[in-house]
Amino acid sequence: MLLGRAAGCARPAGGAWPRALRPPLLGTATPGRARPGGRTLAGAAIPAVGEPEGSTDVSHNILSEPLKHSDFFNVKELFSVRSLFNARVHLGHKAGCRHRFMEPYIFGSRLGQDIIDLEQTAVHLQLALNFTAHVAYRKGIILFVSRNRQFSHLIETTAHDCGEYAHTRYFKGGLLTNSSLLLGSMVRLPDLIIFLHTLNNVFEPHVAVRDAAKMHIPTVGIVDTNCNPCLITYPIPGNDDSPPAVHLFCRLFRTTINRAKQKRRQIEALYELQGKEGPGARGQGPAASPSLKA
Amino acid sequence: MAAPCVSCYAALSYRLFLGGRVSLSPNQGVWKAAAAELQTGTGSQILRLRHTTGVSTKKNVAALRRETYTVDFIKKQIEEFNIGKRHLANMMGEDPETFTQEDIDKAIAYLFPSGLFEKQARPIMKHPEQIFPKQRAIQWGEDGRPFHFLFYTGKQAYYSLMHEAYGKLLEVEKRQNKLQAKGLFSEKTKTKDLIDSRWLIKEELEEMLVEKLSDQDYAQFIRLLERLLTLHCGSEEEFVQRFRRSVTVQSKKQLIEPVQYDEQGMAFSTSKGKRKSAKAEAIVYGHGSGRIKVNGIDYLLYFPVTQDREQLMFPFHFLDRLGKHDTTCTVSGGGRSSQAGAIRLAVARALCSFVTEEEVEWMRQAGLLTADPRVKERKKPGQEGARRKFTWKKR
Repeated sequence: MLLGRAAGCARPAGGAWPRALRPPLLGTATPGRARPGGRTLAGAAIPAVGEPEGSTDVSHNILSEPLKHSDFFNVKELFSVRSLFNARVHLGHKAGCRHRFMEPYIFGSRLGQDIIDLEQTAVHLQLALNFTAHVAYRKGIILFVSRNRQFSHLIETTAHDCGEYAHTRYFKGGLLTNSSLLLGSMVRLPDLIIFLHTLNNVFEPHVAVRDAAKMHIPTVGIVDTNCNPCLITYPIPGNDDSPPAVHLFCRLFRTTINRAKQKRRQIEALYELQGKEGPGARGQGPAASPSLKA
Repeated sequence: MAAPCVSCYAALSYRLFLGGRVSLSPNQGVWKAAAAELQTGTGSQILRLRHTTGVSTKKNVAALRRETYTVDFIKKQIEEFNIGKRHLANMMGEDPETFTQEDIDKAIAYLFPSGLFEKQARPIMKHPEQIFPKQRAIQWGEDGRPFHFLFYTGKQAYYSLMHEAYGKLLEVEKRQNKLQAKGLFSEKTKTKDLIDSRWLIKEELEEMLVEKLSDQDYAQFIRLLERLLTLHCGSEEEFVQRFRRSVTVQSKKQLIEPVQYDEQGMAFSTSKGKRKSAKAEAIVYGHGSGRIKVNGIDYLLYFPVTQDREQLMFPFHFLDRLGKHDTTCTVSGGGRSSQAGAIRLAVARALCSFVTEEEVEWMRQAGLLTADPRVKERKKPGQEGARRKFTWKKR
């Protein structure tokens, strides 16, 4: 069950839709009582880890502040249409391989090879990177999935560098849907899955796309002209076969995630300082022990 | 009265041979049933109904086996073991500081003499790490995030090993490409001889990783390491050596006769050989022109058949020393072919003293130094020969 994603509907450029009509995005944590944001298999929230009472407002601010801006992490500056073109992101497969639902994203076809519309790609990429940054900011678990053996090592290295997780190996059937058996009871499932290759080695949609939709896990995915973008929350139409393109995407994801985590650390440090200075400046002086810890 | 007692005994013997750590609770039911039988005595038909108490179902037994040991429990066990070791040393009158595992084993065998045949059923006192199977600790922290970046694959240890090995392969390739671009790449094969080591077997790898592997996984891993080896990596030797185990080389056990010297100062070596019922003794001289004398007769006349003479020449031919040694042999017993085989073995053994160790290993691998164990098989009753059966007649 996916909310409001009719296949092939043209999305206006980001921000053009009024707030009321914008389809509710899966997985956006509502501002409120701050939690580590994970969900377990039964849907129960994981209990918060050691929060003192006075910091509810502080953590509320930390989590709600980025949501007030459309591009809080400034992901737009990380790429441009020109850089996408140089990395050969616009090159698709031959017209015979074209998937019907990718037709809105295709600019045209030259000598039988489909060309992807980079203007649309830029919009989708900005939305996807923004969402990834928000998830990383809220300390979510991000899982990189791909079944292309050429880039398996690169993707695993990227995930390791960000401090996130990767799965570029044989995907066991019930990994997400039957995780209490395969991974252990009370395991925390990923909060976001990023597909660098949506198809598996036999050119069929990866099982994790369907399973993530079943488990209400939002997905970001690079969809080539022969892929099905339907079940992916934030599709990014683009080339997933050329090395420069995949290197570019890996670099972009790594930069956004690191940036978001760094921002979170900065803001937490800032609030901690403010919390120390606030009650300390009132009465006793700077030598007073900090009573409030974020 | 015999029937109830027999079942009692059966229950008792079942208890004794269980071994391991089986707690008492499921078996108390068996005791209760047995006790009830003893008390009431006659009327075994009525008593049969009472056997249903305390019978452990399959589910309970399985749960007992899969006990998970917490880290604290294992730590406590280790502390208790160390304290117990010191007590034992005091009891035996030894120094507690230098009390090794072998001393512990001897002390236990002395204090608790056991007549049981099964060695694993005898009392033991070993370090808890050898008794409790190694288990994986909880894989994630307080906030629920797993520690290892490949946790969601299911086989994190194996896949991280593959990732590491592939990373090393890429590094080596990159380095070689750079050297080739500069023109400094030399084709010299620096691979050391790997004849004295073998790859880990699947069970050893599973033990190393504390994870179950499939045969295909194991084969894939070995293939990757072989590929790494073919690239002549000098720096990744230690990484590869972690997955090789040494193997005793057979040829080191080969007895080599010492070289003796006669009155003229000529070096010679003596040795014996056997084949079927022929026994031979050969004396091989260090320098000569390739003459062979058998029982005082030239080998051309003693062995008219070419095949037998070829057998005699084979050790020399293998080592490229055809015209360089003189040989004198004595042989008795057997037939034509077995005498030739016996002399061949004797000559090969004698030649070992004039030849390098590597060539000895080659000779051993060629089969020159192995005595042929084949003898005539006995005739069996009901058959015409050793294998030949009597003619089968349908009627």
